[in-house]
This record gives sequence, structure tokens and C-alpha cells, in this order.
Amino acid sequence: MINKPEPVKIGPHLLGIAGLSLDQVHFILDTAEQFVEVNTRSVKKVPSLRGKTIINLFLEASTRTRTSFEIAAKRLSADAINISAGTSSVTKGESLMDTAYTLQSMSPDVIIIRHGSSGAPHFIAKLLDKTAVVNAGDGLHEHPTQALLDLLSIKQRLGRVTPLKLVMVGDVLRSRVARSNIILHRLLGNEVTVVAPPTLAMKHFEQLGVRICHGLNEGLKGADVVMSLRMKFEYLKDTFIPNLDEYSRLYCLTEEKLKELAPESVILAPGPFYRGVELSSELVDGPRSLVGNQVENGVAVRMAVLFLLSMGRGGAQS
Amino acid sequence: MNYQSDKPLLIKGGTVVIPSAGLEDKRDVLVVDGQVAGIDRPGSFDSVDGAQTYDISGKILTSGLVDLHVHLREPGQEWKENIETGARAAVAGGFTDVCCMPNTKPTNDNGQITSFILQRARDAGLCRVHPIGAITHAQKGQELAPLVELHEAGCVAFSDDGYPVASSLMMRRALEYSSMFGGILAVHEEDKILAGDWSMNESALSLEMGLRGMPGAAEDIMIGRDIELARITGGRVHFCHVSTRRAVTLIRRAKEDGIQVSAEVLPHNFTLTESAVRDFNTAAKMSMPLRSDDDVDGVLEGLAQGVIDCISSDHAPHEADSKNVEFDKASFGIIGLQTTIPLTLEKVRQGKLSLMRAISALTDDPRRCFGLPMTGLRVGASADLTVIDPLQPFVLNKQSNKSRSSNSPFWGCQLTGAAESTIIAGNFVYRASSDSFNPSCRTS
Repeated sequence: MINKPEPVKIGPHLLGIAGLSLDQVHFILDTAEQFVEVNTRSVKKVPSLRGKTIINLFLEASTRTRTSFEIAAKRLSADAINISAGTSSVTKGESLMDTAYTLQSMSPDVIIIRHGSSGAPHFIAKLLDKTAVVNAGDGLHEHPTQALLDLLSIKQRLGRVTPLKLVMVGDVLRSRVARSNIILHRLLGNEVTVVAPPTLAMKHFEQLGVRICHGLNEGLKGADVVMSLRMKFEYLKDTFIPNLDEYSRLYCLTEEKLKELAPESVILAPGPFYRGVELSSELVDGPRSLVGNQVENGVAVRMAVLFLLSMGRGGAQS
Repeated sequence: MNYQSDKPLLIKGGTVVIPSAGLEDKRDVLVVDGQVAGIDRPGSFDSVDGAQTYDISGKILTSGLVDLHVHLREPGQEWKENIETGARAAVAGGFTDVCCMPNTKPTNDNGQITSFILQRARDAGLCRVHPIGAITHAQKGQELAPLVELHEAGCVAFSDDGYPVASSLMMRRALEYSSMFGGILAVHEEDKILAGDWSMNESALSLEMGLRGMPGAAEDIMIGRDIELARITGGRVHFCHVSTRRAVTLIRRAKEDGIQVSAEVLPHNFTLTESAVRDFNTAAKMSMPLRSDDDVDGVLEGLAQGVIDCISSDHAPHEADSKNVEFDKASFGIIGLQTTIPLTLEKVRQGKLSLMRAISALTDDPRRCFGLPMTGLRVGASADLTVIDPLQPFVLNKQSNKSRSSNSPFWGCQLTGAAESTIIAGNFVYRASSDSFNPSCRTS
């Protein structure tokens, strides 16, 4: 008798990469790859989530992630509603708990939340029993769909997700993208290096299984994937770096450097990014760049996540 | 049974723990007219005429427990707690004396507020409440509060509570000024600039959770500073809620150097590590934060060796709404009056702390830290006593909780050990067997 493998399930929420198994990661990627095809059709819409209601609760500024989730929901034929901080009762002092309860009372199937506080999605997930919660970025904590779309972009270009040498350059400390990618690539068994001055690449990164390099050249050597993280210049007063000129002199990624140190590497940047400070325009627009693929795959990965979470609740039509 | 205060009370059959005498043995204790009249071998007082017998076989009798660090929230935040509900939690937790922090609204920075607190404590009549006055006006660190006025009104120590005195000069002045009447400054030590806008300990876990962490050094630096200021001024510093191993090292050295410092540790800081905040558990968010395994071991060793003088609860009631929010927005603090005994006894059972040392850290040592009268198990002293049942299962829940708030990471946990009764001047103010309060404490 043949034992059929247990079908992989996703859910009830997607709060982070932490908590996902390798099987779940592959399942999401495989599903996303199917949706990549949908996005190339002239009619980019499937009826999978017809009749489902998806709320985009974005309590922190965002363009690409919010738009990406909204398009993903619409291409699955779900009804997507956008709520942003400025137009919500949050401005009237409503607590997140009450906002979550109020929204759940309207029976949405999924609430996608972007919030400035780490753990906010986990907090509402504990409160809600009928609605799936998707983390679209919480404070400095996680941004799981970003890490998944990064991985899909890498897989498409390099034909593998492991073994890989991943190097992240920039403000790793205040980046939820960095955290999700660290967890994801450590799960895959990949070698992860962070490159930043010690003010940002704090020693505790080592305990997350990450190699720390303060020099760009040393860090880049042999990289398969280079990820450029936004230097949060609005926080310069936090004194993590002296100024952007010095930062860029030490850490700006250029084609010349990559050609020398990691000739086969691809480059990702979750954006927004500062050309000429974090990475050169030549890189962003050049052949190594996966920047465009990232945005494109963002829709497919988010379609996969929304689809699988709804399916986990027994509602989606496949 | 009901005991009548005008008759002698004979407490029999228990194990008496008197740290100052090195005594941990079966003794009978006779209480007459609210005072301890005798402590002697079992049976010694059996012939005393008309004595009512209170049998505490299998239980422990100690001097009344003292908590140097509680928040009673009155005046100003009575929805969290008031002096009466806080006093109920205190005596149910075995405490005969509590010292309440000045971060009320308005701040206890003048004699009138102090008098109000004392009056409300007398109205409640459950335990002795000793107010702590502010060091600076409105805890703002800008101008000294009238320390003599506060002292005369009944404040037993001074503190700006959650606000460390940021200015070294102000701290120096406060130490110098208060030294003229032997005042004690009880300080929350945190370099606020280094600490930043934190919500947990700084560590790999805070990095992973994306929460801003406070490094232990932010605490240690200020402890180091105030040791030096105590050294040059001769002032007396009491370090609140010490949470790092490094701080213990600094305090040990200061004591070896003869500098007048004392220190307290909170049960949760020797029980829980920072991992309790995993999954963004706001019930475990507090200031000082829960720290590393090594820090937990360090403060416990410091307590066992007497480098840390005493155990306080930092009972900090907060309404559920202030905890049912995003982690970084949640209020700091947990209630602790009723979990101090079981959490401390857990360390005794684990062999990390002797029973004698544990009792000393809850009775005589805190009294010494703040210069409170040495009541309790001394012949001729006021019979302020606590009977502890070390084997009593205890769960902090809706039924057992006496505080107005329920913010505790130990809520619903199976603990062992509880106060069986709390006695002030010979009167039972609380008895667990009947879960009854008797407001008979007339002095504060």
C-alpha cells in the first residue's frame, strides 16, 4: 500500500516566515509560479476567490505592497477593500483591537495588515477566529511575502533556491525584509552574510546564524545573490552612520565591484532605493538586476498566499 | 475560629524562621496585647491562662513581609488600583508593610499628597503603607521636591520611579541634601538616551522580533554613576529592580568599598527570561525588562549571597485595555503582591536559595534598607507576622486575585506556596482559610 503524502496546508494565517516549514515554502512558490502564467495572459483574471472579501488594512505608508496585494486580490476575483491610516478610525483613536473586531464583523475572508508596530499582525491574529491574517510588514519584524517573492525571483533566474550564498548590504538592523530573508534562507540552508557597519550589523545577528562583515569587498566575495537594503536616511539623527557620503563610499554597490567579486551574482533591492547611494543605476537597470522581476513576482506570490489561505479555510474554488 | 485581640494568642506547631537569630526550627510564639511576648520551644506556653491557640502545624511563621516597591495608583489612577484594593492584595500576599511609589497623579511630591495616602491607608486598615516621595518636582528631574517636608509627612524614601534622575548634578544634590536626615533614594537605573524607546531586553531575540531592546549596560551605567555619587556624598542609594549580572558585580564591589548602597530584585527577574515575551506577550512586558538566562542566574546568585538585599514585587497594576494593544504600545509592568511568596519559594525548592535567606530578603532586610521599625519575631516588638503554607497550591486567577488589575504573566499558572494568614499587631488582617479580611490595622 502506498502512503499518500499529507497535503501541504498553509494557514490559518501568514504572520511571518518564522513558523513556515520548507514544504510550505515550496508549496507557496509552486503555486505562485502557476499564477505567474496568469499574469502574462491578456485577461489576467481567474475566478478562484469569487465572492471572497479581502481587506487591505494599511496603517503605515506603502505604495508597492498595497498595490500588489490589491491587484493580487482582484486578479483572483475577490472583492478588495483598501483602508489606510489616514482614512480609518485609527485617526480617531480607535484601538487596533477594536478596528480588527469591527472589520471581522463584516465577515472578510482575509485581512492583510501593514503596521508600524512589530507583532501587530500576531496580535490581531490572536483576536480573530474567522478571518485569515496576512502580514504585509510589521514594524522591524517581518515582511514574509517580500522574502517569498525575492526567492521566486531568484529561483526563476538561477534555477535553484539552494545552495546559495546570500549577501545583504545596508540597513539590516531596521529592515523587516532582512529579517524575513534571514529566516527564509537559514531555513533553506543557505549561507547568509550581512554587510554593514557594526552600528547596524549588531553582534546578535550571529545568533541568528548569520555571518557579519563590515567590509563590502570581503562580504561580497563569491555571492550568488546580493540584496541591497534601504539606508533609512530619515533616521540619520540616530547616529548609525556619519553621513550618506561616507556610507556610499564604503557600501555603495556597483557593477565594477560585483564583476570583480561576485561575477555570477544577481541583485535584488526591495525598494524604495536610492540610486548612487546604495547601489548604482547601472546595477539597477543592468542585466543582474531582478528589481523588475521582484515587483512582477510580488503579485503572483500574493495571489498564491491569498489563494492558499482561503483554500485552507475550505472556501476557494480551485 | 475568630480570635479576640484582647486575649493572648498562642501560635503553635509551626516552623519559625528568624534570620537574625539563625533560627529555623519548631517554636511556639505567644502574642499578648499586640506584641510578641515570647518565642520558645513547643509547649512552653501551654499553661498560659486564657490563651487562644492558633495551630499552624506544617506551616512557616515569619516576621511580617515587607515590599519596598509597589504602585497603589491612588490618587489619580484608581481604575488600575486604589489603596484599599492594593492593600488587600498585599495582605493576601502575606505583606504587612508596603512602600508605595510616588508616581501617582498628582505626583507624591509634597506633604499633602503624602498625608492623603496615609489617611487612605488608615481608612483601608489592612496593612502598613509607607509612602515614597518624589526626588524631584513632578518626577521631572528639574528641581528638588521638598524632601524634608516629605520626610516629616511620613515618606520613608524618595524616588522618581520610572524616571531615573538623568542629571548627575541633580542626583548629587539630592544625595547630599537627603543625607542630612539619612534619607534614602530608591532609584530606577536607566540611561534613557542609551536605552532609547525600548520595549524589551536587547538581544538576539529582540533583533529577531524586531523590537527595540534596552541593553543591560543602560542599567549598569547608571548604577555605576550612582555608586560613585553615593561615594562622594555619603548619601544612601537603594537600587530598584536590579536585573543584570553586571549590576550585581558593581553593587558587590560598592559594598566591599563600604559605600552605602542596597538593592532589590523582583521575583519575575529571577524566574523568567526574556523568552517570556515571545509571541509578543504583553503580559511579560515590564521595566526593567526580563533579561537573559545568565542575568537571571546572576541576580539570583546576588540575592542568595546577600549582595542584593531584598525581594520586592514592583506590583504595577494596569487595566487590561492598556495591555491589549500592540507590543510596543503596551504599558510596562505586572502585578506581583500575591505571586511573590510562591515564586520565591520555588527558588527555595530548587535549592537556589535557602529558606532562611529568602525570608530574610522579605522581612528584616527590606526593613533595614528603608530604616523601617524592626517589628515581628522579636520579644517586645509589634506582632506583625506572616504564616506561610509552603505546600499550598496557588493559582492567580479571578477568584484569588485581590488587585483591581490582572496583568501578570503568571496568571492561571499552577504555583505552590501562599500566605495562610497575615497578622498586624496581633490582629489577623487576612486569613486564607476563610479568605477574609479584617480591617484592624490602625497605624501606617
